[in-house]
Amino acid sequence: MSSTTAAETIAVRPRESTSSRIVAFLGRSPLHIALIVLAGLWLLPTVGLLVTSFRPRPDIGSSGWWTAFTNADFTLKNYDLVLNGNHMSSSFVNSALIAVPSTLLPLAIGSMAAYAFAWIRFPLRDTIFLSIVALMVVPVQSAFVPILVEFQDLGEFLTGTKTAITGWYFGIWIAHTVFALPFCVFLLRNFFITLPRDLIEAARVDGATNWKIFRSIVLPLSVPALASFGIFQFLWVWNDLLTALVFIQESDQWPMTIRISQMLSTYGVEFHLLSAGAFLLMAVPLMVFFALQRYFVQGLLAGSVK
Amino acid sequence: MSSGTVAPGSVVGKPPGRRLAAMREGGLQALPFLAPALVLVFFFLIIPVIWTVLLSVNKTRGLNFGTEWIGLDNYERLLTRDSRFLDRDEWPWTGALINNIRWLIVYPILCLFLGLLTAVLATRVRYEAAFKAIIFVPMAISATAVGVIWLLVYSPDPNIGVLNATITGLGGDPVSWLGRGDTANYAIILAYVWASTGFVMVVLSAALKGISQEVIEAARTDGATEWDIFRRIQFPLLSLPIAVVSVWMIINVIKVFDVVYIMTKGGPGGATRVIAYSYYVETFENGLGGYGAAVAMVMLALIIPVMIWQIRRFRSEAVVS
Repeated sequence: MSSTTAAETIAVRPRESTSSRIVAFLGRSPLHIALIVLAGLWLLPTVGLLVTSFRPRPDIGSSGWWTAFTNADFTLKNYDLVLNGNHMSSSFVNSALIAVPSTLLPLAIGSMAAYAFAWIRFPLRDTIFLSIVALMVVPVQSAFVPILVEFQDLGEFLTGTKTAITGWYFGIWIAHTVFALPFCVFLLRNFFITLPRDLIEAARVDGATNWKIFRSIVLPLSVPALASFGIFQFLWVWNDLLTALVFIQESDQWPMTIRISQMLSTYGVEFHLLSAGAFLLMAVPLMVFFALQRYFVQGLLAGSVK
Repeated sequence: MSSGTVAPGSVVGKPPGRRLAAMREGGLQALPFLAPALVLVFFFLIIPVIWTVLLSVNKTRGLNFGTEWIGLDNYERLLTRDSRFLDRDEWPWTGALINNIRWLIVYPILCLFLGLLTAVLATRVRYEAAFKAIIFVPMAISATAVGVIWLLVYSPDPNIGVLNATITGLGGDPVSWLGRGDTANYAIILAYVWASTGFVMVVLSAALKGISQEVIEAARTDGATEWDIFRRIQFPLLSLPIAVVSVWMIINVIKVFDVVYIMTKGGPGGATRVIAYSYYVETFENGLGGYGAAVAMVMLALIIPVMIWQIRRFRSEAVVS
């Protein structure tokens, strides 16, 4: 029986000896072997990249990363090279400059709309909400070009230069915000309607305005949902390549994803640069994952509709 | 939400005139909350999608409208005369659409198989959390980094790539996985399976845990084997979560771009092109706004069934809640 719990084992066999425990473990060894093999296979590619990123360039081409454990020779030179020689440090900052507003904007705008859909009755509420749900899966490709042209026209109209919006981060902020809004509204509205009705009605009776209810009741009670969406969206933008390729046109504004793809086309497959660059790109998501695992998984589960 | 109870102040149950007034009042109240989102979605999502539909039937100049409407010419060319998108000259057919269909078959099946396997096995050991974290971690990683990680795994040089090192270690010859037309597409799919399995595992594992332990114990007492328990109890109850992750995977497949762009740029010889890659090349590298728009419409057409499925599901959920 493979899923006997510890408590049951003790109850059934009160005087279990060490040897019988070993026998029980060995009886289940195919299961453990399978799990360890799977875990090893899953870790192997990432470990390979991590080890490679610390190896001197000549070593990478002459011997496999798996030999580095026996004759250790590690260096930080690759990181120095990508950070300072290949603008990865400024790209790191650019990634943050793109991702933070692209997370906060949909959070602010989307949570307000979600409140209206959850707690204010108005004509066509459900129809409008369902239309927004429908927009959730629209491929970004079916909107890219018109958005670009709109940005150029709007830039020209407002400032006289076509690149006023696309020449800086404004364009990508708005693009990410718009693509995120349907999902954000959907997720938050579904959370807001689970808040206790009595609480909100009581506040209304006391004369609280919608704005006050939103600010001082709904938002403070919805921190888990806001955090889940926020983390999901931040990582989505941080990890994005396609939207950045379309909306970031100046090379000094490239996020890390574009920088890595550019290193690939400039130098070819140079693993001393690519491995260090990829690890810098992965560092933030991995930290978020290990620090906020619960919100992270929740956010991704909720994001499965996107 | 208890929709059965009518709270004080609710508009339900009032005379029609006052009800209308209350709705109008609600509209005024809702407007400031809704306006920013609706304005953005209208101008930067709804209008652009309609605009793209129009671009696809226009003889565009670059990314802008031209003066001539050409009807379905772009679509006809895309589906009959563009060998990079769909080549039906020889069996098996080739092109981006066919490569994407290969994705649509191989990727979900592998992800489901591995996700189910890891979910079922993990619940039976004490180090479940650690094991699941290991399988799930690639979900956090950018597709760009996934591409770089697997470029290293697939390196044709057995002194660099762990896969070819294993093969030569076993006495075989190294294979250029990403350089050969017959393996490159599957090699990228496999890299993406590695990245996505954790998600499938987490969803299915949560569903498995929702199944009453008493039912399973009762079945065991009645002499059911572990395989019986999986096949007769756990698997049937997993059908809805499996549907949910399948939809997620189908959306992923239709939109897949980053990992292809990093690993092969669609090569060798178009063997790894996918629809989203064709869109990018036609629109932004070849500057064919209208032709790219037609490709985008193919993506939209593929995703519309998913959209309908989701709206139906949310509607039925809304009725239940």
